Amino acid sequence: MIWWAAIALFQQTIALDIPSKNPNTSEADVAAGRKLFNGRCAGCHGPAGEGGKGANLAVPRLTRAQEDRALYRVIRYGVPDTEMPASLMDAHEIWQVAAFVRTLGRVQSAAVTGNAANGASLFKGKGGCIGCHTVGLEGGRSGPALSGVGARRGAQHLRAKLLDPSASVPENFRMVQITTRDGKTIRGQQLNEDTFSVQLRDGADRFHSLWREDITAITSERKTPMPSYKGRLSESEIDDVVAYMASLRGDQ
Amino acid sequence: MRLLLFCALTLGAQVTHERLLKAEREPHNWLTYSGNFAGHRYSPLNQINTSNVSKLKPAWVYQTNSLQKFETTPIVLDGVMYITESSSHVTALDTKTGRTLWRYRRPMPDDIKVCCGQVNRGVAILGDLVYVGTLDSHLIALDAKTGAVRWDTNVIDYKAGYSITVAPLALKDKIVVGIAGGEYGIRGFLDAYDAKTGKRAWRFYTVPGPGEKGNETWANDSWKRGAAATWVTGAYDPDTNLVYWGTGNPGPDWNGDVRKGDNLYSDCMLAIDADTGKLKWYFQFTPHDVHDWDATEVPVLIDAEFRGAKRKLLLFPNRNAFYYVLDRVTGQFLLGKPYAKQTWAKGLDDNGRPMRNENTAPTVQGTVVFPSVGGANNWYSPSYSPQNQLLYIAVREAGHIYYFGEAEFKEGEQYNGGGFRSIPGEPEWGAIRAYNPTTGEAKWEFKMSSLPFSGVLSTAGNLVFGTTAEGQVFALQGDTGRLLWRFQGGGNARGNAMSYMSGDKQHVAVTIGNSLYAFVVE
Repeated sequence: MIWWAAIALFQQTIALDIPSKNPNTSEADVAAGRKLFNGRCAGCHGPAGEGGKGANLAVPRLTRAQEDRALYRVIRYGVPDTEMPASLMDAHEIWQVAAFVRTLGRVQSAAVTGNAANGASLFKGKGGCIGCHTVGLEGGRSGPALSGVGARRGAQHLRAKLLDPSASVPENFRMVQITTRDGKTIRGQQLNEDTFSVQLRDGADRFHSLWREDITAITSERKTPMPSYKGRLSESEIDDVVAYMASLRGDQ
Repeated sequence: MRLLLFCALTLGAQVTHERLLKAEREPHNWLTYSGNFAGHRYSPLNQINTSNVSKLKPAWVYQTNSLQKFETTPIVLDGVMYITESSSHVTALDTKTGRTLWRYRRPMPDDIKVCCGQVNRGVAILGDLVYVGTLDSHLIALDAKTGAVRWDTNVIDYKAGYSITVAPLALKDKIVVGIAGGEYGIRGFLDAYDAKTGKRAWRFYTVPGPGEKGNETWANDSWKRGAAATWVTGAYDPDTNLVYWGTGNPGPDWNGDVRKGDNLYSDCMLAIDADTGKLKWYFQFTPHDVHDWDATEVPVLIDAEFRGAKRKLLLFPNRNAFYYVLDRVTGQFLLGKPYAKQTWAKGLDDNGRPMRNENTAPTVQGTVVFPSVGGANNWYSPSYSPQNQLLYIAVREAGHIYYFGEAEFKEGEQYNGGGFRSIPGEPEWGAIRAYNPTTGEAKWEFKMSSLPFSGVLSTAGNLVFGTTAEGQVFALQGDTGRLLWRFQGGGNARGNAMSYMSGDKQHVAVTIGNSLYAFVVE
């Protein structure tokens, strides 16, 4: 009994080993952090943290990292089930990057010019976005859920995504087409795979799980089914949809 | 029947060096990390074989109370299994039921330094003692019957970045133990301790000091932080009386500018006299390594015909993606060829020294190189089957983008000088491959959809057992690679399987996720 209590206490002690406040926040630290950020982080988060493939960091409040210690942990250990990897930077460097990341939230983000209310009707009407993306309780499931997308992604990234959706497809996204031994063809989004099996969700939201020995052919492509909205919506309509998406801050 | 009689005779007897030398005579036990001194990870048991393995089922499951990686190889002695659990705990289990017989729980300071998880790979056993290395760099002898501490030796101050994760190797009257900390600018060494008293018998520094041969391969005073850790259990040959032990990366990992030179004895195979700790020979696989390709894989010793002559060989599938065959009496390089995708070397010269391609060193912008930091092979075990005369390896096929960074040393902090990341869009995959040990030619391949970080076991039942990052354990036919059995264990597998008898039943045990499974044919 005593042992279990001691072990639990020990595990908490390890967690407390990370200081609760960033110990490296001087101007020199921020400058060093900017350099590290440009090398290690900007590829996904953008040089000003405006977001891209990675989350928008130029926001007043980082949902996964509201406390300094949480920000440290996100940088150190990454975010499971996302493309954010763990870092091998040492503690000092991580705090310097964290110090720089905090300055991003104080920068005014680019103004959004469109009409969000009009964007909402385009999203649900002419654009047909709602057919594949959920917002709140509404919408289809084949695309990523967009509740809170405005908190995660900058306006520039949202616009780019509308115009050229295939430019930034997540690393692990796969559309697969499978032919089974009994002659069936199944097409859908791959949910998981391993050495022995494949799991997917088809266009009608049905789950399928197949042993590889029951599969006679499988094609897999990292290609989004989302169409480009270049030409489908006018320039000002695109502005409006971007404004609407930027306004989706989720239930933070 | 004869086996049972032998079980009864040895029950309660002490584990002597003689027994460890002839481990194959008591296949119902698993007495050393790799099953024998030669690093074979091969079980002579054949009760589980190609005709019945499809009926393999868990006899019991033991769940550890830790979410850290579970890398232990159990030691089994006469119905008792000794395992380590994170961070540096030891537990004795009854092999029949999986129930605990005793537990040793070590409180751990909160400022231990580990690069890659709070892991431990297992215990050693000799006499009536069980030996464990700890993350705070102690070597501890426990009473095999009670778990009581018999002696506790402080190997080195952990605060400077040292830790012990390796399973010690018991031989003669000594316990050989290596050190981890290659990402902290430590100065590596290999130690041996008197098994009865815990007094240090010898220490071999893997980075030579001033005046010692090899110190000139380190620019300025960089030898002080040269790393060359010794974190994976080596092998022993009683005929040469040499301990064969691999060494890790030079420090800092990716910035070679601060340590110009070959950086001996990093990334080496060392042959060390078991009695004196003196270096007999060394072979450096990756001189002046800038990709973190530790040579801390498990060496495999076989006696075989090589180009017409019977020789004592050392087989070494290296993390740098080359497969090496060395003469283990002299250290002579006999064969070296790539066994996974690599882009860093044109090949090896006549002495086995790599002929590097240009522009493969890490840069500030990033340099794409194969293999990855994790390498084509890593700490986990290969297996050699004398039955099939094949060497089985879990091979990793991947590359990385390597980054160069500043390297400023501060004691107890990570000393890396750069970093790495995945190559976007580049598939990473793995395979179990069976190789002809003397030619390095693959006989068969079993493809895996992801990179393995767990080893293989072969058995006299013509079987090879492996595990995957997605939690499956599987059995392949040893001579063909055909899949015969699989089971989903529910977590990332990070261990090496082993086999033993409990009563009259052969078991195969392996860690998957945070559980230890013992499988049996009912």
